[in-house]
Amino acid sequence: MALNLNRTPMKEQEPKVRAHNFEEVALGYTPEEAILEASRCLNCKRPLCVGGCPVNVKIPAFIHEVAQGNFEEAYNIINEDSSLPAICGRVCPQENQCEGVCVLEKRGAPIAIGRLERFIADWAMENGIKGNTEIVSNGHKVAVIGAGPAGLTCAGDLARMGYDVTIFEALHSPGGVLVYGIPEFRLPKEDVVLKEVEKVKDLGVKIETDVVAGRAVSIPELIYDEGYEAVSLGTGAGLPKFMGIPGELANGVLSANEYLTRNNLMHAYDNGETPIIHGKKTVVIGGGNVAMDAARTALRLGSDVDIVYRRSMEELPARAEEVHHAQEEGINFELLTNPVEILEDENGWVRGIRCIRMELGEPDESGRRRPIPIEGSEFDIDCDTVIMSLGTSPNPLIPSTTEGLDANKWECIVADENGKTSLDGVYAGGDAVTGAATVILAMGAGKKAAAAIDEYIMGPKQTDV
Amino acid sequence: MFEILKKEDLADGIVLFEVKAPRIAKHCLPGQFVIVVEKPGAERIPLTICDYDREKGTITLVIQDVGRASRQLSRLKAGDYIEHVTGPLGRPSELTELEPQERADKKVLFIAGGLGAAPVFPQVKYCKENGIPCDVIIGAKTEDLLILEDEMKDYADNVYIATDDGTKGFHGMVTDLTEDLVTNQGKDYDLAVAIGPMIMMKFSALKTKELDIPTIVSMNPIMVDGTGMCGACRIMVGDDVKFACVDGPEFDGHRVDFDQAMRRQALYKTEEGKKLLELEEGDTHHGNCGVC
Repeated sequence: MALNLNRTPMKEQEPKVRAHNFEEVALGYTPEEAILEASRCLNCKRPLCVGGCPVNVKIPAFIHEVAQGNFEEAYNIINEDSSLPAICGRVCPQENQCEGVCVLEKRGAPIAIGRLERFIADWAMENGIKGNTEIVSNGHKVAVIGAGPAGLTCAGDLARMGYDVTIFEALHSPGGVLVYGIPEFRLPKEDVVLKEVEKVKDLGVKIETDVVAGRAVSIPELIYDEGYEAVSLGTGAGLPKFMGIPGELANGVLSANEYLTRNNLMHAYDNGETPIIHGKKTVVIGGGNVAMDAARTALRLGSDVDIVYRRSMEELPARAEEVHHAQEEGINFELLTNPVEILEDENGWVRGIRCIRMELGEPDESGRRRPIPIEGSEFDIDCDTVIMSLGTSPNPLIPSTTEGLDANKWECIVADENGKTSLDGVYAGGDAVTGAATVILAMGAGKKAAAAIDEYIMGPKQTDV
Repeated sequence: MFEILKKEDLADGIVLFEVKAPRIAKHCLPGQFVIVVEKPGAERIPLTICDYDREKGTITLVIQDVGRASRQLSRLKAGDYIEHVTGPLGRPSELTELEPQERADKKVLFIAGGLGAAPVFPQVKYCKENGIPCDVIIGAKTEDLLILEDEMKDYADNVYIATDDGTKGFHGMVTDLTEDLVTNQGKDYDLAVAIGPMIMMKFSALKTKELDIPTIVSMNPIMVDGTGMCGACRIMVGDDVKFACVDGPEFDGHRVDFDQAMRRQALYKTEEGKKLLELEEGDTHHGNCGVC
């Protein structure tokens, strides 16, 4: 069969329309489009895509079923390895993972694995397909801290093995970064995230919200007083970084976390209860996915938006698709530019930001070319809002309140490749261990922690002879 | 869901709730706070813990009707449920870290302004129970707005009242009464703890600096999550940026930049903010939501 190098496009809302609403940008495949795209898969004997996926979804097998129109079977295959496919299909950086290693990638048109995964997950939700929820209880209790991607995955896997799992979540709503961080237009909350959370609950997982572990209950208490045999920590990386430049405490300077939390978790854009700054001109500092999310949110709330990033387009850490969407929507990129001072008016409000132009020098320890300021190139951008999106670090609350739990100098919990920490029976994974990374890597870590906890409680697996 | 077991009207627009919250009651200490969400979709509002009963599994909250969210919350009755109560958040008061042998020598003056009597109360109670000598000043605009006077008298060595209009006790500000106690009445204090509106804490700290008394204040800036995630509550303490929710809420009152903190507190209330809201909300903007 001749190679088909025509990737089936996915429909999107028109840029001019979507710049004014919070509806999802990408509209998903129709069944016909999904079958057409799936039919391009070569079904490799040694598929590289499976190894490219942090949770090793059996990609060619599910795509084969999609091509045949067997959507339920395709869902069951994905479900064996991933608890949150509707989310991964939308927010995974597939271009660096499964699609990045697809043999058709070299020919310029890898299989659209993410779009197919999303199609199958959405189809299953629409048709009420839940997959296998028959579970035989094994009578063992495990506590999971944090209802984000790592915690939900870990809890889902353990529940399927028969464990009695309770997740403790600090915020009032489960989902972690999927709810407070990633905006509605990229990942719908009611229709996708909360439905995936419901599926985890359908497996018997209990979720107790409003519990700040380390404050309302300690890790040793969970083990010694409440009878949990193991604890999995998936507390994320929630603390925002600031630059330490003059003017950073001016009114109108805020972290991307605050801006996105007000808008996503608290629904500032549609509930009328939560105040949010409606800037006329917003400058977002940073070049990651969170910066794109903050910029595109500000645009939708009616602001003109500049993204200021100190390196060039090539080094921009955000996914190519997000950058492309932001550009289409009319966001202006000030590249090779770094802020040096935030300018305040006489009332302490932001009136502008002073920046300096940069050029790229030799590669630094990250392998990227180091940006160097060009002397005398300072210039001002007039603006009333500045959003700092410079990354986040883990919350020190649990290491600082849990004796014997080691953390490194960046406050990341120290854990081995299976998630085992310095405390017996305590496992950790996701951003709490790695520092800020991706949803799918957190899910991969949650899976490993679940397997390690199973082995810790049940003893090493006996393999059949 | 957290049940309100008891409701009391303390003063005009100020109510007290006793709320069933066993996990919080088991661990909270004076100085800590909770975040409350009245119903799904409502604001997250930080409230200091006024009292707690570990055996009953209850905490006591005092709410002043100052904005839309607090007004709706204060209208709940005994038997109603609060959707979410999260905590205890923040670090406990420094007083809870005193070594037993240091306690008797630490003479503390609490200066409570308005609603600040609520977060002061558990500290006064803690002092009594742990042998730390303490006096309390409760200040209010007028007699009708004084709260927790009898409760304080149960625990403090001396309770002094100051009202701006002279309707009860000392006629004047808490700062004037503080000076009067130290310079005219020969009182000697090793530590002052001033809690109330930011402007009151600012001037109390200036006064105690003059009188050379180390001073702790409890900051109540704008917050969203209360766990260190948003950074909305950042304040300057000396040369350092601190997050009130996780590094505080209590800080050295002589090092806090109050002017900046007050300016930031007005973030969603300033003229610019109002104008922006009017612009955004159009006809739906009435200006009485308490947010603007």
